[in-house]
Amino acid sequence: MTAREEVLGRIRTALGSERTTPAEVARDYAQVHPVTGPELLDLLVDRVEDYRAAVLRCAPADVPATVRAALDQALGAGWAAGDVVVAPGLAQEWRPEGCDVDDDRPAVQLADRAASVTAVAVAIAETGTLVLDGSPACGRRALSLLPDCLVCVVTADQVVGSVPEGLARLDPLRPLTMVSGPSATSDIELQRVEGVHGPRTLVVVLVQPPRVGG
Amino acid sequence: MTATVPPKAPTFLGLPTAPRGVGHLRGDQSFPDAARGALRDGQLRANLGHATSTIRGKRARVVAEVPDWEQLRAAGKALKAATMARLDEHLEELERQVTARGGVVHWARDANEANEIVTRLVLATGAPEVVKVKSMATQEIGLNEALEAAGLDVFETDLAELIVQLGEDQPSHILVPAIHKNRAEIRAIFARTIPGVDPGLTDDPRRLAMAARQHLRERFLRARVAVSGANFAVAETGTLTVVESEGNGRMCLTLPETLITVMGIEKVVPTWRDLEVFLQLLPRSSTGERMNPYTSTWAGVTPGDGPQEFHLVLLDNGRTAVLADEVGREALHCIRCSACLNVCPVYERTGGHSYGSVYPGPIGAILSPQLTGVEDNASLPYASSLCGACFEVCPVAIDIPSILVHLRAEHVEAQQKPTAEGVAFAALARAMSHPRLWHLAQRAAGLGRLVSRGRPTLPNALPPPVSGWTRSRDLPTPPARTFVQQWTEEHGK
Amino acid sequence: MKVALFATCLVDTLTPSVAHATASLLQRLGHEVVVPTGQACCGQMHVNTGYRREAVGIVANHVRAFAGAEAIVAPSGSCVASVHHQQADVARRAGDEELARAAEELAGRTYELSQFLVDVLGVTDVGAYYPHRVTYHPTCHSLRLLKVGDRPYQLLRAVRGLELVELPGAEQCCGFGGTFAVKNADTSTAMLTDKMANVLSTHAEVCTAGDASCLLHIGGGLSRLRAGTRTVHLAEILASTEEAVSPQQSTEPSLSHPTTPTVTA
Repeated sequence: MTAREEVLGRIRTALGSERTTPAEVARDYAQVHPVTGPELLDLLVDRVEDYRAAVLRCAPADVPATVRAALDQALGAGWAAGDVVVAPGLAQEWRPEGCDVDDDRPAVQLADRAASVTAVAVAIAETGTLVLDGSPACGRRALSLLPDCLVCVVTADQVVGSVPEGLARLDPLRPLTMVSGPSATSDIELQRVEGVHGPRTLVVVLVQPPRVGG
Repeated sequence: MTATVPPKAPTFLGLPTAPRGVGHLRGDQSFPDAARGALRDGQLRANLGHATSTIRGKRARVVAEVPDWEQLRAAGKALKAATMARLDEHLEELERQVTARGGVVHWARDANEANEIVTRLVLATGAPEVVKVKSMATQEIGLNEALEAAGLDVFETDLAELIVQLGEDQPSHILVPAIHKNRAEIRAIFARTIPGVDPGLTDDPRRLAMAARQHLRERFLRARVAVSGANFAVAETGTLTVVESEGNGRMCLTLPETLITVMGIEKVVPTWRDLEVFLQLLPRSSTGERMNPYTSTWAGVTPGDGPQEFHLVLLDNGRTAVLADEVGREALHCIRCSACLNVCPVYERTGGHSYGSVYPGPIGAILSPQLTGVEDNASLPYASSLCGACFEVCPVAIDIPSILVHLRAEHVEAQQKPTAEGVAFAALARAMSHPRLWHLAQRAAGLGRLVSRGRPTLPNALPPPVSGWTRSRDLPTPPARTFVQQWTEEHGK
Repeated sequence: MKVALFATCLVDTLTPSVAHATASLLQRLGHEVVVPTGQACCGQMHVNTGYRREAVGIVANHVRAFAGAEAIVAPSGSCVASVHHQQADVARRAGDEELARAAEELAGRTYELSQFLVDVLGVTDVGAYYPHRVTYHPTCHSLRLLKVGDRPYQLLRAVRGLELVELPGAEQCCGFGGTFAVKNADTSTAMLTDKMANVLSTHAEVCTAGDASCLLHIGGGLSRLRAGTRTVHLAEILASTEEAVSPQQSTEPSLSHPTTPTVTA
């Protein structure tokens, strides 16, 4: 008998022949977060900053300048275009001038870069979580992992309130990375230290819709 | 199809438990004996007290801010129960989906078989070394020892696992395996074992974490094979999930050409939507954060992104024997958050090594004896004062105290020969079942006052088992008459 | 109301003053107290040590002893929790459905003292007087199985002359745990040591609780240390009045262990 047949057989023995249909799971927990509108963005900012990540807010027209400001903040003003690599599908108008675009190079070569810039698929306000889904705009997983600084551009329509709302928007067949702040450890005396193997710096550029009626 | 029983394996309902001689589920001392030594280690007590009180506070704060916590807990419990009731079907579906997306699924009856499968897969790649993501399942089966025996180098990459590996130590906590070490001890381990470490390394946690980053960076970049565990596997989509903090998991799951994931069969969840419950329950219960820094999910192989060869090893190793126990099977619902360890007054004082298994604390006290058969870990179900703090914090509401009591009964009922304790309890039960006998027994207990010779307390030196009490606590001299006697004399029947 | 008093095996045998106090408190509040002589034990110690088969007869005796009682009150959260959460299960597992149903029915009428006072009788001021500095240890089974909540605090706050001081780390187990105290004596003692340190840090004269078993453990440790702080059951505090601070006690702080009955020849 194969191991597969044997393990499945053991499960059937353990559960017995008279199995009852499991009861329907009551999903009476909150599906949506009560906060909406501008306050939802405030919640996201509050939660992301709580992880000691930086958030820069801007209007759609100011994204390139804000991304540059984010890189200035993370890398110091003297960074060169070659230090930064962007996701291949990142909107053309968001890319800092002269930056390298990720291509088919071996992933480990990304370790030489100081920073990467990507979009996100979804941002979850309640937990301050950005989700990258491996799409061209988010890039492959190594892109948001190896450079020591990650800049994520989030648009207001990508922000949802709760974890259930966030997961509902995602495709589970894609390789997903949920990012909540910079990499961190609490392995020494349970004291949180930001920055271990993943990017030590996380900057979120939050693109807000222009305010209507001033 | 029926299960066959390997000869001489301890069984429950004919189902084999985890084999002896491999892995880390059995200690070489009973809990009271191991605890006696640990309790004398003042530094250990201080480290544990500091760490567990810190994490307790963090958890309490982030759980308190979730208004629907109890509903999430109930949903988590119900989801797990429903999954176990159809475990075979969900595993078959998981296998179909993983295979359809380019992964290869392997089944392992026990630790030996899982170790053989992984070793064979690694050797086939020709790689001389593997990087590992922290995983309870691979700790349980002793995978590192098996790989090393095959001549392979194994690098643990989680900071705490690294500390344990470099210190040639054993993990003592599910989430923070090096919780028993403080910063000064960790600095000493790093200074002694990391080649080329900065001689000026201090015990600042940030400096220590950076030393680990530097040490592992090159190993990540050259790694060709990684081994991981899994927190969840979604049957309907074949999506595997690893929840972590440091990014070492992402390194292992992303950079090597080959990824081998070893997962206990109970980690399957039916649908993608089910993660909306567990991804809320786990981080808040575990590290006391709203969300852990990184959660990675993947389904099979993605061209151009991450490992191009993916193997999933589904591990039994006694889990089906646990499933066969209608009371004890709830232990399989555990999502390895370790909240029960952090609140447990016993764990806080004895530490994880006293439990002799990679699964310490309250959950370990119900899981280890069931995986090995209760007689191989007979002291663990008694390693609890039944205070119930574990049940209160468990994110999937496992009634740990009730299962502890159940396993104590399994142990008592497994005795072939009468024990002194068994005889005493049977006699006492007989007395307590018949008022006349009971009153005689109480009168006999009252005679204890004769040894106190008029003092309010009994002497400290009394024979066992009373000595277990009187060694540290006075025992009041029993009164001449019981309450019921006195009352009846004054008021009549 | 006619109240059947379940003294519990431990109180009945070792600390009768707690049962006397419970009875006199209920009588003072105008209720009739009966003490069924057939009572012995709820069976908890057997169940929790693994002797659930042996416990069946104990459960049967308990159900027999209290059959027909209007309300059953015990000065022990732990024993009441066993009546509520274990007895029917013990009977059912042994295949005695009739006993299981009888136990369930009995559990519906069984109350821990503070719950009975606050929920059933609707009183928080029982007219007690107790001029001492007191700290309260919420025992685990009262706290987590019976969920007595702040009822004991409500009762204590209403006691005249009583100064209630908060116990640090109050919700941590004292380390008693029934046979745990003997089977894992070292760990139990380590837990007790921390509990005693917290009790002593309050500089209270008295540490009280709703379970005589935990108090026997804490009090036994304090007595061994010659700490001076004594343990007194909640029932004894609530039974105290200007005339007598609980049976067998004066209103003056006592030098000897008050729950330890003096040996009278």
